[in-house]
Amino acid sequence: MKRVPSGEGSGSPLLQANLYNSPRERIIKWVLGLSAVLTIFTTLGIAGVLLGESIAFFQQVSFRQFFLDTEWTPQFADKHFGIWPLLSGTLLVTVIAALVALPLGLCSAIYIAEYAPAPVRRILKPGLELLAGVPTVVYGYFALTFVTPLLQRVLPQLQVFNALSAGIVVGIMIIPMVASLSEDAFRAVPRALAEGGYALGATKLEVVTRILLPAALSGIIASFILALSRAIGETMIVTLAAGATPRLTLDPTGSIQTMTAFIVQVSLGDTPQGTVVYQSLFAVGLVLFLITLGMNLGANAVIRRFKESY
Amino acid sequence: MPVTATESQFDLRLAQRKRFGTVMLCLFFLATVFGLLVLLTLLVDVTVTGLRWLDWGFLTSFPSRNPEEAGIKSAIVGSLWMMGLTALFAVPLGVGAAVYLEEYAPRGWFLRVIQVNIANLAGIPSVIYGILGLGLFVRFMALERSLLAGSLTMALLILPVIVIATQEALRAVPSGIRESAYALGATRSQVIWSHLLPIASPGILTGVILALSRALGETAPLIMIGALTFIAFLPESVMDPFTVLPIQIFNWTTRPQAAFQELAAAAIIVLMVFLFLMNLSAILLRNHFDKKRAL
Repeated sequence: MKRVPSGEGSGSPLLQANLYNSPRERIIKWVLGLSAVLTIFTTLGIAGVLLGESIAFFQQVSFRQFFLDTEWTPQFADKHFGIWPLLSGTLLVTVIAALVALPLGLCSAIYIAEYAPAPVRRILKPGLELLAGVPTVVYGYFALTFVTPLLQRVLPQLQVFNALSAGIVVGIMIIPMVASLSEDAFRAVPRALAEGGYALGATKLEVVTRILLPAALSGIIASFILALSRAIGETMIVTLAAGATPRLTLDPTGSIQTMTAFIVQVSLGDTPQGTVVYQSLFAVGLVLFLITLGMNLGANAVIRRFKESY
Repeated sequence: MPVTATESQFDLRLAQRKRFGTVMLCLFFLATVFGLLVLLTLLVDVTVTGLRWLDWGFLTSFPSRNPEEAGIKSAIVGSLWMMGLTALFAVPLGVGAAVYLEEYAPRGWFLRVIQVNIANLAGIPSVIYGILGLGLFVRFMALERSLLAGSLTMALLILPVIVIATQEALRAVPSGIRESAYALGATRSQVIWSHLLPIASPGILTGVILALSRALGETAPLIMIGALTFIAFLPESVMDPFTVLPIQIFNWTTRPQAAFQELAAAAIIVLMVFLFLMNLSAILLRNHFDKKRAL
């Protein structure tokens, strides 16, 4: 690292040298700028790869078939490419995950933000971070070898691969996300609002549910959307525990297939490049990408549009 | 004024309202503890199932069709290789991008576009990064199913995490430090290199460790680019095929035989110990530097 020569004698030659705009400084600026622009190229790369193969796919399979057919059987002799069975599988898992994660996550956020004494919070928060750090393949193992057998004791008709246990475990996986984002939303509400509620004689629960909850609502809804977008994109849990049977159904006790699980299934097999099955992987990926992108942008829009400013 | 009437109304319901509040508090508490209980159940279940397979032979053997002889040597070595290479690509790029965004980029539409883009990148499912890796690195750049293709994919995946963590660490540096350095005639790169980065390094390092622990646990992108499950040799160059711990766990979990699922549990113990050590070091690092700065 070169040091600036200390200004012995006169400072003026140094100022003329204008180190601040020297080639060295400009090169550094450009190199750093390039790495920032690389993030844009990542997005463009994703869009390019997905679109490129998807265009080839849609030259062989019509939009009509893709969106109106109710069967998805790319690996059979009689090929059908209707996306609905994969969409319904994804939806089923996501709804079950939402039923688990949204109430539990929101209640955790309320407890941690408003009720928990500082020492309890110091244990709970790292605990939830640990839960968030468990790799999804471990959750998948847990769903298949622990949750499913456990549920089978209550529901004997439950198949080995089923949407129910996969959905529950996906829900558990996204609890920390809902909890920590919603907690931030609660913390962002000015304390004066709560104090005002207490001054009017409200109990703690009334302050939380009727003052803080509405004030934090935009952040809470954004946390719900982001967590569900994560559930839609979750891959390993559903690949391991939900099965590989694309079916247009809302029955959670049987084997289904999600979009992500189909993508993994194709890439695990020896599907030759250039075949329509190989290309269908990218078409499904494009649908998945558009859905999650839409939800992420939607969450941002909710925050901007409905944010209460104080 | 009928104050007394109002007061009595409040009194009548107050006990009830408070009771309801207590009931709800218990519910909130139980909801919070639920997640932790599941975590505990998971850890106990995995330990009970996998511990008896976990011995020196398991750690130092290659995968095998015979569960008694199977081990995770190639998976451990593969995971270490992949983490090292991923860090090599992602850390300079991520820190560089964050420094540019915080210290150089003029406020305006360009900065906004990049920020929104990074936030979106962080929300894209990992399997999509796998598709990117498959299309770009494996096929287009013809890197085949190599360590290099896997690490580059993983680097793109954790790049947003590192950028966001570094930006937060840089923002936390008091602006007085920047200003006094500039006032003494330091150039931008000098201010960044000798003041901002050293002061922000604990925060950056914590973010990097957490990002790498995510890379260590990711499975889907590496399945997409075709990391193999049965590797009975160690990679010798970055162009060699490889396997990693999560892939080995995935493969064993999908086997119907109970013995292989127990092996999966044993491999999960190893993976979780690695992750735990990384998280612990991140926490210790942060505490250590926080103390030093306070002095």
